[in-house]
Amino acid sequence: MTSKQNRVLFFPYFIWIGLFVLIPIGLLVYQSFIGIDGAFTFDNILTYFTSATYLIMTLQSFIYAFIITLITFCISYPTAYFLTQTKRKDLWMLLLILPTWINVLLKAYAFIGLLSQDGSINGFFDWIGIGRQQLLFTNASFLLVATYIEIPFMLLPIYNAIEEIDSTLLHASRDLGASSWDTFKTVVFPLSLSGVRSGIQVVFIPSLSLFMLTRLIGGNRVVTLGTAIEQHFLVTQNWGMGSTIGIVLILLMIIIMLLTSGRKKEARKQ
Amino acid sequence: MKKLIQLAAMILGITSILYISSLYVDRSEGSASSDTLNIFNWGDYIDPDLLDQFEEETGYRVVYETFDSNEAMYTKVQQGGTAYDLAIPSEYMIDRMIQEELVLPLDHSKIEGLEHIDPAFLDLAFDPDNQYSIPYFWGTLGIVYNDKMIDGEEIKSWSDLWKSKYREDIMLIDGAREIIGIGLQTKGYSLNSKNDEELTEAFELLKGLAPNVKALVADEIKMYMIQEEASIAVTFSGEAADMMWENESLHYILPEEGSNLWFDNMVIPKTAQNKEAAYAFINFMLDPEVAAQNADYIGYSTPNQDAMALLPEETVNDVQFYPTDEMMKNLEVYENIGFEYLGKYNDLFLEFKMLRRD
Repeated sequence: MTSKQNRVLFFPYFIWIGLFVLIPIGLLVYQSFIGIDGAFTFDNILTYFTSATYLIMTLQSFIYAFIITLITFCISYPTAYFLTQTKRKDLWMLLLILPTWINVLLKAYAFIGLLSQDGSINGFFDWIGIGRQQLLFTNASFLLVATYIEIPFMLLPIYNAIEEIDSTLLHASRDLGASSWDTFKTVVFPLSLSGVRSGIQVVFIPSLSLFMLTRLIGGNRVVTLGTAIEQHFLVTQNWGMGSTIGIVLILLMIIIMLLTSGRKKEARKQ
Repeated sequence: MKKLIQLAAMILGITSILYISSLYVDRSEGSASSDTLNIFNWGDYIDPDLLDQFEEETGYRVVYETFDSNEAMYTKVQQGGTAYDLAIPSEYMIDRMIQEELVLPLDHSKIEGLEHIDPAFLDLAFDPDNQYSIPYFWGTLGIVYNDKMIDGEEIKSWSDLWKSKYREDIMLIDGAREIIGIGLQTKGYSLNSKNDEELTEAFELLKGLAPNVKALVADEIKMYMIQEEASIAVTFSGEAADMMWENESLHYILPEEGSNLWFDNMVIPKTAQNKEAAYAFINFMLDPEVAAQNADYIGYSTPNQDAMALLPEETVNDVQFYPTDEMMKNLEVYENIGFEYLGKYNDLFLEFKMLRRD
């Protein structure tokens, strides 16, 4: 194919990026400089970085997102690894991906049913004699549901990365006398890092702003940056402040991207 | 390449057909507007039988759409592109819409039955002489408790919510003005305070309430209270009426310090295409029998005094839903406090949400 044809094929993609990525980000940046009275101002950014509320909220969101990413990673990596060893990979994969076909809101409501005072989990606790516990509206339940929702997004890239590893490398490692643990440590894990990186990127960023779960499962006792954005756009109608927080999220995302891709280069040098 | 062009042409062809047909549909709806009425109302806020009855009596066809917050309603009307003939916002939003000329002045010569409305609900500060709005329902903010877990004698006022034995027992409505308002009223200040010191004091007081709060949620409160997930909730009177209908252990009380009094009134937004139909609907809803049927179905308090005579006595004698004049004195209406203070209320509320339980 000639380069001219290539350009024609790229055209729809450029329009898409322009209309739905670049222009909205431009508008967001523009809005973040507009005060509630409609005049140009730096106040929004100043407020964000001088107000303890927003800084603590950012820190909290970061910690929650970090924990969610960590737990999903700890569950997904072994799962992905053992999946590649199984016979009916496609079937297992399908079963693990299936939950993503269901709307997040429905899943959240299903969890409300499970975790509530009359829910099945409390029914079980009651039956084994622990007695009913407050499960809904706790940090633990928020982390549980968020992790559950994010797991497929971590699992897929890791699975693909491990699956792509050339099996001759594993045989070579074996032939040269490495134990299975050594093989895993020095061959499989480093080669699957690209999948881990994309998994982290895909899970960490959305976890910073899970506003719907914070309300439904966390009962607004768990507050993330998403909660603040929602409130500024829908209640206060202070779009400027909402956009500012949005911009901060985008910057955080860029930082995460830079951090994870930086390691990639090092790995290549080695 | 050829295929690509063909494909592109096909997509363009289909979209243009869709566009033209959408124009056609719009126009046919527009031309039919002489006999349709577009109503924009809160969800679950009218007896559906009444809509049928209205269609039968007047011959208009009703198109009914719902919203879940005043702000969402405001945005849709302000952005245009809609053809709502009648909307039912709350008082502070009516105030704002009048100021921004988003509602049309009413022609009182076309309105019949305003004499059925209790004069106490007419000519209020947000709309003097009812130039723009006609009362639909009114209500209060109060406390719902479950008598299986809570002794009704022990909870009579906002300040009782602070009792340490209600740790993690209370569900609050997710609204900045409502919750900051509790702090202000417990301190004896106005719900519409624009005094930074008073707001700070109210917030300091609310800090002590945080350990008792189980969750801050919206519509879900109804479901949770019916399922007895929590023993106390702060919510609106009509929501409370719905819960009490489902679960007989629930009770609603108006706090002694006073509370918020709100009104939802019918207005004709500037998007109206069929004002005649809107007036017909207003007159229909003012009819005492219709108002009584609606109040019986929804559970909120009707401003229609002649309708009250038609309601069951136990309903209208319930002082928690139809408070005495004495109790009414302590109730306060939200005013439009402007962007700056709305922002401050919301920032404090956000800070309140972030307080740890322990």
